[in-house]
Amino acid sequence: MKKIEAIIRPEKFNIVRDALTEMGYPGMTVTEVKGHGSQKGISEVWRGRRYRVDLLSKIKLEIVVKDEDVQKIVDTITTESQTGSIGDGKIFVINVENVYRIRTKEKDATAI
Amino acid sequence: MKMYNKFMIGVWLLLIMGLFAFGSGVVEAAGDPNGSDTYSDSIEGLKISINVVWTLIAAFLVFSMQAGFAFLGGFLRQKNMLNYLAHCFIDSTLGACVFYFFGFAVMFGGSQAYSGLDRGWPGIGWDGFMLLGDAYDVQTVMFWLFQMVFATKTVTIIAGAVAERMKFVPYVIYSCLMCGIIYPLYGHWVWGGGWLSTLPIGAGVVDFAGCAVVHTVGGIMALMGAWAVGPRKGKYNPDGSPNAIPGHNMTYVVIGCFILAFGWFGFNAGSTVAGTDLRISIIATNTFLAAAAGAAIMLFFTWKRQGFADISFVCNGALAGLVAITAPCAYVAPWAAVVIGVLAGLIMRGTVSLVEVKFKIDDPLGAVAVHGANGMWGMLAVGLFADGTYGVNGLILGTGDQLLAQFIGTIVAFAYAFAFGGAVFFGLKGTIGLRSSALEEEEGLDIAYHGTSCYPVEEGYFGAVGEHLIDVQAEKEQLSLLEEAISKDRSREKIYSEKLGRWVYGKAKQEKHSSKSKK
Repeated sequence: MKKIEAIIRPEKFNIVRDALTEMGYPGMTVTEVKGHGSQKGISEVWRGRRYRVDLLSKIKLEIVVKDEDVQKIVDTITTESQTGSIGDGKIFVINVENVYRIRTKEKDATAI
Repeated sequence: MKMYNKFMIGVWLLLIMGLFAFGSGVVEAAGDPNGSDTYSDSIEGLKISINVVWTLIAAFLVFSMQAGFAFLGGFLRQKNMLNYLAHCFIDSTLGACVFYFFGFAVMFGGSQAYSGLDRGWPGIGWDGFMLLGDAYDVQTVMFWLFQMVFATKTVTIIAGAVAERMKFVPYVIYSCLMCGIIYPLYGHWVWGGGWLSTLPIGAGVVDFAGCAVVHTVGGIMALMGAWAVGPRKGKYNPDGSPNAIPGHNMTYVVIGCFILAFGWFGFNAGSTVAGTDLRISIIATNTFLAAAAGAAIMLFFTWKRQGFADISFVCNGALAGLVAITAPCAYVAPWAAVVIGVLAGLIMRGTVSLVEVKFKIDDPLGAVAVHGANGMWGMLAVGLFADGTYGVNGLILGTGDQLLAQFIGTIVAFAYAFAFGGAVFFGLKGTIGLRSSALEEEEGLDIAYHGTSCYPVEEGYFGAVGEHLIDVQAEKEQLSLLEEAISKDRSREKIYSEKLGRWVYGKAKQEKHSSKSKK
């Protein structure tokens, strides 16, 4: 099992979620996060003085899937959230050792 | 440079207009600028003093309504709040300047209400430009202040209907046109001694505090504006069913309603322009009763229909009652005010559905339903419930003449606003464009047009660096890439998902297959 952790643009979140729902993902956790990578922030103006917002709002999606589904989901997220502009985000794929469902005490594959 | 030239043209136009006004007005001055001729130590002098004090207090109250309008921005998403506040603010400042230069003279020239307002036809007036000459008089200026706050309220009605998606430049142009000519011209016909007020049916068209002049004109202009600018992204599904777009702060909405209702006491009771006219107590009470009845009916209506008491509609119901009582407040008895308020709430709720579902026009604050529909209802209500006060007889006294006059006034107001609204908004749409770009709308108009968001990020989330550290050019390039990508999203087809039971975005038209995922 793998955990896919995708950091994407908030503007693209609805589209990505719709696409994932259509292909049938098991479930997702969404967090509003702030951060920056190559995108060094945007400039805003406060009372005539320009300042820089270093840390920008992004959406973090966390999805735990079976190994064979990883590529499909990563492809969908990449295709749907790509704009070509700096700040599109990143996707991390992480190994998951065990999954337990609290309600039924099921384990691993059946618990996803 | 191009913007600078346009700005200079504007300045020259203002100067030419000013000179024209100066030449026509300053020649002989017979006004009373310091009040010494108006006031005397007698009962008559005291009466005038009371009237001036009352009208000024009412004007201050009406001015505070702008804060109420501003607070109604709680109905909008927070990313567009500052833009809506900016609309409210330029209406009450820039709009007031235009009304000073131009609008007041068009509206009250020829009314002979006060000194310096003599020249004008039944169709249009042209006296009192910039309050020069005879109009430089304590009472005329008092009247100007009172009318100015009315004009700026009318302009702001439209801000709620076109919020969250309109470019800033066309709004500024619209605001000037509205204060300069559209509002004053119809106002002249009803309040400035124009042809509607002298109609030989009943007592002529009567509109005590502006159901037609302010609310019908404002509401129908709002309808045209919202129609021309189109619905917000995500408001309608491809099959035409509307979605809810929740606002960001209901506290603001409730506070806004209280401030509006408070200001409305000045709006209606102040319209006597006389503190010696003791009808003001009835007017203020009628005003409040209609608001209370409108809110009460919406409480039970939403409770029954939706299963819970929907405070956004209760607030709108109070405003609907206030709008509908604006014209009849001086002519009807308190029982009629309650009836008018109850019907106003229901009319408001019906019109919200009509505009949203049938016309498919997106009106975030319900300006069309609250102001447009109830402005018209209020006008007709005078013809129904007037009890003979000030010589206005309604249908309850057995005469239908006044109802006919009110009907004519309402139809004229509707057609007038429909024509002018269409010309202004579709004209602007065809020339400079009305609609924000897809990216501006997605990220919020605050940052796009005003440089900062209404609720800036907390300290620590930004670095206060100097201008030289920001590569503005590179930022613009990246933004245009993003802009392109987001506008492509807008052209995506939406498909109905059986799995979700709602409309979702379809695939992008050209599949852009990226390289392998970044692991």
